[in-house]
Amino acid sequence: MGTYVLKRIITIVPIFLIATLVTFGMINLSPVDPAEAYFATAHIQATDEMLEQKRHEFGLDQPLLIQYVNTIIKICQFDFGISYVTNKPVWDEISSRLPATIQLTIGSLLIAILVSVPLGFLAGIKKNSGMDHFSRFLSFIGASIPSFWLGYLFIFFFSVKLDLFPVEGTGTWKHLILPSVTLAFPLIALYTRLLRASVLENLQESYVLFARTRGFHEKMIMGKHVLRMAISPMITGLGMNIGNLLTGAIIVEAVFSWPGFGRYFIDAIFNRDVPVIQAYVLLAAGVFLISNLIVDLVQMYIDPRISRKGRQYQ
Amino acid sequence: MIAKLQYQLKSQKVIVISSFILFGLFMITLFAPWLAPNDPIAVNLAHKLQQPSWDYPLGTDHLGRCTFSRLLYGARISLGFAMLIFISALSIGLIIGIVAGYKGGWVDQLLMRFGDGLMAIPSLLLVIGFVGIWGAGLKQVILGLILVQWVYYARVIRGMVLSLKEQNYITAAKISGSSTWTIMKKHIIPNVIPSLAVMGTLEMGWAIMNLSSMSFLGLGVQPPTPEWGAMILEGKSYIRTNPALMLYPGLMIMIVVVTFNLLGEALSERYGIKRR
Repeated sequence: MGTYVLKRIITIVPIFLIATLVTFGMINLSPVDPAEAYFATAHIQATDEMLEQKRHEFGLDQPLLIQYVNTIIKICQFDFGISYVTNKPVWDEISSRLPATIQLTIGSLLIAILVSVPLGFLAGIKKNSGMDHFSRFLSFIGASIPSFWLGYLFIFFFSVKLDLFPVEGTGTWKHLILPSVTLAFPLIALYTRLLRASVLENLQESYVLFARTRGFHEKMIMGKHVLRMAISPMITGLGMNIGNLLTGAIIVEAVFSWPGFGRYFIDAIFNRDVPVIQAYVLLAAGVFLISNLIVDLVQMYIDPRISRKGRQYQ
Repeated sequence: MIAKLQYQLKSQKVIVISSFILFGLFMITLFAPWLAPNDPIAVNLAHKLQQPSWDYPLGTDHLGRCTFSRLLYGARISLGFAMLIFISALSIGLIIGIVAGYKGGWVDQLLMRFGDGLMAIPSLLLVIGFVGIWGAGLKQVILGLILVQWVYYARVIRGMVLSLKEQNYITAAKISGSSTWTIMKKHIIPNVIPSLAVMGTLEMGWAIMNLSSMSFLGLGVQPPTPEWGAMILEGKSYIRTNPALMLYPGLMIMIVVVTFNLLGEALSERYGIKRR
């Protein structure tokens, strides 16, 4: 098991290197010259000499390979360069906005799990019941509704009409409810669907029949065995969707004026603030990879067959 | 037996109804200039933020533009560009999938590992990253969406080509001296097209939703072009006084996406084609 964990951790390194290579390549291929972008955002009419000097400062006159290696070394030290707009280190800017985004994503993840686990489980064990129809309707709508529109619908009904929650901004727990429900909605749809399908599949397994033959209580079979087995694909889905949660957060933050990382990134796109864009893409890729790793390890803990399978293939 | 028949009829009904709605939408996109009562981008500040009337069936926005006409023209943008993304991604996926599946060996390895790499990154992150680095604009958004999309087609096509390659009639065609190109054109492409059409239906909803999300963020379609996501962005400031400005475009997006998803799911269930 230890070797499996180690191996799984090591696989992250090449993938992350590829991600850095892709962003590095795209930035070098992009029509924007960082030196020009720097002066443009500072509203300075730059001479050729100034541009030349800035390029030297950014290390753009060095060979590409050295630039790439330098970038990687800096990234490992959480040094993402200096923002063109604010002239402060990008990491400082990001870390001041990160808590708001983390709050939002964790809030919505909790809501998604709290709603979809009971819903998907009950829908699965009572197929074609009212609960099942409701869950299928919800998962269909959740997959088809644009989240920014859903956000405004929530604002319209709950803030403007009923005046229950604040329209935008941050501060109290009330501010957190609407944005996190909005962000959780597509996830609820997905997880409910996954869990329902997985419960239905598990009910066909022979261990259920065996447990029933032995006369175990239905409640115990469902709660102790089926749920535990069925939840495994949902955990995979959870890991695969942390990335969607991050991009979804960009939209939700824009709707609710949430002072997070995503909104900062959109502003950076408009300002052509290349270091911030690069930092965002790399960090998001990093979060995505690490969350996948955690999910794999959790899954291995729940279902030890996985690590044994891994050994078989060696 | 009866249950199965009932089930088939039910999925048939979904297919018929959703195709009918989509046909209507495509008619709207074709005939928008004749159906729309007003010019969608004509600014008329004297008539701003009006309630529905005979001249303006759904009222006007903050610049006095006819909401109904803008919705109709918006269908053109959303469906038109979604089609463009679908066709381009499909063509790229078709070529790469066939080459990878038919040639095999290191070509296959190279193309598919590259595809795996792309798929490992969340798709919307890739699009936003692409737009972030190359600048905001409709062209970048569309290129980004195509870049993410082709991989799925390529993988499906490659898998199909791999299994088709083993069929006897392909061997027969090879022995009788058909060129690789003839085999692909006559035997392989006609076989993969139906599944691609089903997949495409499911992906259309995805493309429309993401295109409008990008426009909502201000990264895609730029004003004054009428696009549903951009209309929501413009209408959001009037949520207290004129909520209709933000309600209608979102409703349109939802109807279109729901219809495409229903049709795609019914078709894939009927023909046993797996999604993603």
